Amino acid sequence: MTADFATMLSAVFPEIGLVVLMVVVLGLDLLWRDERVRRLGWITAAGCLFLVVLSLVFALPPAEPLLIWGGMLRLDAAGFVFRIVFLLGAALTALFSLGQDDLQKHGEYYGLMLVSTLGMSLMASAADLIMLYLAIELTSIPLYVLAGFRFRDDKSVEAGIKYLLFGAMTSAVMLYGLSLLYGFSGTTQIAELAEQIDRHSVPVSLLVISLVLVLVGFGFKVSAVPFHFWAPDVYEGAPTPVAGYLSTASKAAGFAVLMRVILTGFWAVTPIWMDLIAGLAIVSMTVGNLLALTQTNIKRLLAYSSIAQAGYILVGVAAGTSFGMSGAVYYLMAYLLTNLVAFGVVSVVGQRVGSDDLSAYAGLSRRAPAVALILLISMLSLGGIPPFAGFVGKVLVFAAAVEAGRWWLALIGVINSIVALYYYLIVLKSAYLLRSEDEQKPLQLMAGWRVALLVCVTGVLVLGVVIAPWFEWAGKAGWALSIY
Amino acid sequence: MNLISEHLLSFILFVPVLTALMLLFVPSGRLSLLRWGTLIASLIPFGLAVALWVRFDPQQGGFQFEEYLRWYPPLNSAYHLGVDGISLTLVLLTTFLTPLAILASFSITDRVKAYMVLFLLLETGMLGVFLALDLLLFFVFWEVGLVPMYFLINQWGGTNRNYASLKFILYTMGGSLGLLLASQLIGVVAGTYDIPELISIWPSFSSGELIGLPVATVKAIAFWAFVIAFAVKVPVWPFHTWLPDAHTEAPTAGSMILAGVLLKLGAYGFLRLVLPLYPAEARLYGGWLAAFATLAIILGALGAFGQTDFKRLVAYSSINHMGFVVLGVAVAAWATGTIDSIIAVNGAVLQMVTHGLSSAGMFFLVGVIYERTHSRNLNDFGGLYAVLPVYGSILVFTAMASLGLPGLGGFISEVLVVRGAWPVFPLATALSTIGLFFTGAYVLKSLRLALHGPLNERWLGKLSEINPRELVVITPLMVLLLVIGIWPAWLLGLINRAVSMWF
Amino acid sequence: MQFPWLSLLIFTPLIAGLVILALPAGRRDWIRGVAVIAASLDLLMSLLVYFRYDATVGDYQFIERVPWVPQLGISYYVGVDGFSLPLVLLGSVVVFCGVLISWRIEDRPREFFAFLMFLGTSVLGVFCSLDLFQLFFFFELAVFPKYLMIILWGYPKTREYGGMKLTLYLFAGSVIALVGALAIYFGSGLRTFDMLALEKAGFPLWFQQFWFPFVFLGFAVLGGIFPFYSWAPDGHVAAPTAVSMLLAGVEMKVGAFSALRAGIMLLPEGARYWAVWILVLATVNVVYGAFLAMTQTDFKYVIGFSSVSHMGLVLIGFATLSSQGLLGAGMQMFSHGIMTAMFFAVVGMVYDRTHIREISRLGGLFNKMPWAGIGFVIAGLVSMGMPGFSGFVAEFPVFMGAWRALPLVAVIAVIGILVTAGYILLVLRRVFFGKLPDFGEHVPDVSMLDKIAIGLLGFLMVVLGWFPSLLSTVVQSGVDRILVLLGGG
Repeated sequence: MTADFATMLSAVFPEIGLVVLMVVVLGLDLLWRDERVRRLGWITAAGCLFLVVLSLVFALPPAEPLLIWGGMLRLDAAGFVFRIVFLLGAALTALFSLGQDDLQKHGEYYGLMLVSTLGMSLMASAADLIMLYLAIELTSIPLYVLAGFRFRDDKSVEAGIKYLLFGAMTSAVMLYGLSLLYGFSGTTQIAELAEQIDRHSVPVSLLVISLVLVLVGFGFKVSAVPFHFWAPDVYEGAPTPVAGYLSTASKAAGFAVLMRVILTGFWAVTPIWMDLIAGLAIVSMTVGNLLALTQTNIKRLLAYSSIAQAGYILVGVAAGTSFGMSGAVYYLMAYLLTNLVAFGVVSVVGQRVGSDDLSAYAGLSRRAPAVALILLISMLSLGGIPPFAGFVGKVLVFAAAVEAGRWWLALIGVINSIVALYYYLIVLKSAYLLRSEDEQKPLQLMAGWRVALLVCVTGVLVLGVVIAPWFEWAGKAGWALSIY
Repeated sequence: MNLISEHLLSFILFVPVLTALMLLFVPSGRLSLLRWGTLIASLIPFGLAVALWVRFDPQQGGFQFEEYLRWYPPLNSAYHLGVDGISLTLVLLTTFLTPLAILASFSITDRVKAYMVLFLLLETGMLGVFLALDLLLFFVFWEVGLVPMYFLINQWGGTNRNYASLKFILYTMGGSLGLLLASQLIGVVAGTYDIPELISIWPSFSSGELIGLPVATVKAIAFWAFVIAFAVKVPVWPFHTWLPDAHTEAPTAGSMILAGVLLKLGAYGFLRLVLPLYPAEARLYGGWLAAFATLAIILGALGAFGQTDFKRLVAYSSINHMGFVVLGVAVAAWATGTIDSIIAVNGAVLQMVTHGLSSAGMFFLVGVIYERTHSRNLNDFGGLYAVLPVYGSILVFTAMASLGLPGLGGFISEVLVVRGAWPVFPLATALSTIGLFFTGAYVLKSLRLALHGPLNERWLGKLSEINPRELVVITPLMVLLLVIGIWPAWLLGLINRAVSMWF
Repeated sequence: MQFPWLSLLIFTPLIAGLVILALPAGRRDWIRGVAVIAASLDLLMSLLVYFRYDATVGDYQFIERVPWVPQLGISYYVGVDGFSLPLVLLGSVVVFCGVLISWRIEDRPREFFAFLMFLGTSVLGVFCSLDLFQLFFFFELAVFPKYLMIILWGYPKTREYGGMKLTLYLFAGSVIALVGALAIYFGSGLRTFDMLALEKAGFPLWFQQFWFPFVFLGFAVLGGIFPFYSWAPDGHVAAPTAVSMLLAGVEMKVGAFSALRAGIMLLPEGARYWAVWILVLATVNVVYGAFLAMTQTDFKYVIGFSSVSHMGLVLIGFATLSSQGLLGAGMQMFSHGIMTAMFFAVVGMVYDRTHIREISRLGGLFNKMPWAGIGFVIAGLVSMGMPGFSGFVAEFPVFMGAWRALPLVAVIAVIGILVTAGYILLVLRRVFFGKLPDFGEHVPDVSMLDKIAIGLLGFLMVVLGWFPSLLSTVVQSGVDRILVLLGGG
């Protein structure tokens, strides 16, 4: 099925919009050399939200997936859902970045973020290996810079460099894997890979080598164990909003490509990658949760928690079914909002208290009951407690595992979620039980933060209670990912 | 009035509870209101019981004044009440003794309200056991009486009350556990708890298996479970050790009721449940019962003889006297349906009444002297007759009734038991008669130590003669003991009809 | 569709909790007012539902159903049968009493009452759930109020440990049950969480035998089954009074009820297969729990362990799979809920006034706080299974069921009753009677509200003891339905 030019153009309206928005932001940054530059965050956020609307109007996916732009992109529900997720993530991150002068005074901060978002959006829709690789790099390179954006801060610089080194290396490995794929099949079209591989009767062992190499790259993006070493250091060093963005949107983008490539490109070795992914899921959950137990810095704690969360999502992927993919997509939506709000609170507290240590949260519930309540919601949602989004996500991915006959994987998952609940509750204990000397001082919240926190919390609740419509979309995305 | 006459038993049963509920709303400071209110209210069940007696038709078989209400439908248990001659006698005894005990408690000054409330609840518990015709309901009332008694001992008792009350409740509850389990088993097997129905169903289970064991074994175990529960309450040797402690430490009125009525519950359980439900087992183990009864008679008397504590002496005498009741039961168990067994059971039931009257009187008299001297040690007394002639005479009279002096209540009943038992258990009867000799010994010993000899200087001028209130308590007891002793037919007629029909 | 009584019942506390959170923290009167109004409304509504339930018809009544996630066959589906209805009433009674008991809470009353209300919604939601997903939803809704209430307002020395232990144990149990529930969902091939439909799914035998332990044991952890009981004493003791009441009084029933609802009723053949093992574990609960209670020196721990012992009887009742056993379990859940709520209320009153919980240092309090003493006596008598109180009419059928299923269980479990009598009397004597310690002169009496709570709980225990059919007719109608699932019986 081919599309006419108008359809193709409208399908990439949001991407074009992102480029335009970036230009606008950079331009305004040049023009406004005074206090007005602080408005850039608002403009970015508003622009992203406008692009969400634009996607809903122009880029609604057709019932059947559609290859566009010469097979470079695929217009389907998965790409659509992920794009909205990325845009929302960018908008919220922009709001959380407000008030941080070393970030918000630089237009290029927002510019880089938008470029990265553009890359993610393309990643989610890419239908060609070349496009895929380009999109990944388009996403990654701005993120390297963002992670090290506070160039006067050693930790931030360290984070940037670490991220770059890890990223470059895994990217190279992945590229090698992709090139093998091309070599086996003679095509860069993901949709054709399976067919060609089948026709050329490529030995399974070679295919598995390529699979492993590709998984290294994707594993890095989703920060699955054993490709996770960068995450804690980078999250700790990077500016908090950037860390939040890395842990959510970037991870979601990684999952988008992961699911797309393995479901189609490696169709021939499905049982093998199911086991491999299950293995990744198990070690990610277990290692992430166990290491998180000992953390005292909340950003490191959230980093390990996000490694474990990647493990849960991989449980859904490892089911290998359409339902599993839907579960993973739903989980990602829930996780994006939840983790953003968690990092949002960390960012707020970090700004006001000046520390990311767990002890900085002492007395929070007396000092700012609303913020404490928001922290509570985010932690419980991460822990998978109803009525919050995380609960639904967990039920869906575990259900997918059980459906696929892998109930033991679900069992390991739920046991891990028990461990996880422990450290989430420890965070709450700091906020609610411990006392501090400053607890009489109220915590001032900027308007942008309030809006962002409120949006996230509402989202977490809505995803946790009104499940059906969002699951509808996740279901469509999962279905789109699993057919070719 | 129609309502009352149709539900006479329920009214007898629950008037004390209603009174107790009303008492709760009386301010605890109004002592005389509390006391007199309770006394008057406790006369109502007595009046109703007398009315019941008047309207009771001794010639008619089975139970009369029956009431039936579904109580716990899923278990097929009902609120089923009814009286026959045996239970009517004991209901009369209970409702008669309770007002007297309450009058005897007028000397209580500490937490009068709680005391009176508990006492009334106790009465309902005891009456319930005599009236219930449903095994589950029987058990309910059986245990319900425990709680008020526990608190009466525990709160208003003597110095060693904690030990005594705990021992009392643990023994009795422990004993009832078997009863509980066996009742459950019977309920599961028979599907009903109605006592008349059970009596027709349960003994006929004889072949096959129950819960994986031969029926005979199961029934033997259940039989002993029942026997132990009732034996603890009677108490039969060797389950008697709670009794001296409990009696000694209980407040006077508590001891009166404990000896007067509570011990009868056990004996009643034998007659009402054990013998009809387990005729075969009863026949099999009747000899054991007789042996235990004989031991209770002899050891109770010897135990009493060894006491120097007056109240403890009376307590042991209860074991001795209740032994005769159990002996009567054993005869009925061994030789069901014979004339001997009927005579023996007649004696046993009458013994329950006369012992109820005489032991209540004895405990009361011990209480009277204790209130004046705060001592119960017989060696502290002596020569009281000279100082307190009225009290002394009363004590002699009551003690003689308890001893079984011809012409007084105890004589008739013991003669009947012995007469019934003689052809069945000659050896046991012979030994029991020797026990009677010891009975005489300890009664006389106590009278000698208390009333005769030189007066202890400590009491000189401190003792006051028995007062009118106390006379009001003791007189009815004495009158009844005398009446039964001289002309027992009016009561025996009632008992005999019921016993002949029941066995 | 009839008037949505159950939804109102479930969501009244939730709404009240949200309203309370929105109130300014300083307005204690408003906060307490909203809480007590919501709790009273709930109590009235549950009474109304209780008495309008038609036990002669039986089955589920007051049904409401709204599609929730139709793609997965999830709906918001509530209804009560004879088994869950008394528990709904229990939940509202205990929440109501809990609010009264907590009236004078000083520290952050806004959060306290809001969380208490959320807890109420959680338990009522579970009891009314006819959808398995929804059951989990409400079940786990209780996680954070429980945890936070224990660590914030609990006993300072052990609250962090106790709260965390309790939360993790219960979460662990429930998520393991969740895996089983998901297996049931997929195994049925019906793609629905509707438990009424799942009951008829006809799972193969191996499936039932394999998955039953997951579901049953997972939930039974919250019911305090041996050997997963140790959260209960620690958690109950660490919790503030109202939460102890709710935890031991209602939450443990939530566990037992869910184990029955999702375990036995959905996988009856599995239940049959494992029944003997459950009987054995539950018997250990009864006897060992009682012995542990006996050895405690801390007033509150005695009660904590007694709950373990008594919940064993509920589980025995379940595992007999017989009419009497289930009836007894249903009665015992209600009776024990009321009783243990009373116990914890009294313990809380004593502790609030003396700040002592060691039994050996207390004494003679009966005269200082007679209402608390009477409350303890009544609860104690219920606890020993004394006839005339609700405990007896509940335990008796359980034992009857045990005779039918495994007679040895009845014989052994009865030891638990005797031991219970022993420790209750000992505690009663040491704490309420005996010599008043030196500080005792200044111990104030309980407040009017406390008296209302004690009065209400005590009234229920006595009334049920004498009129068991008030409860048994309803419970029996629920039992009959379960027996049908078990294939006659």
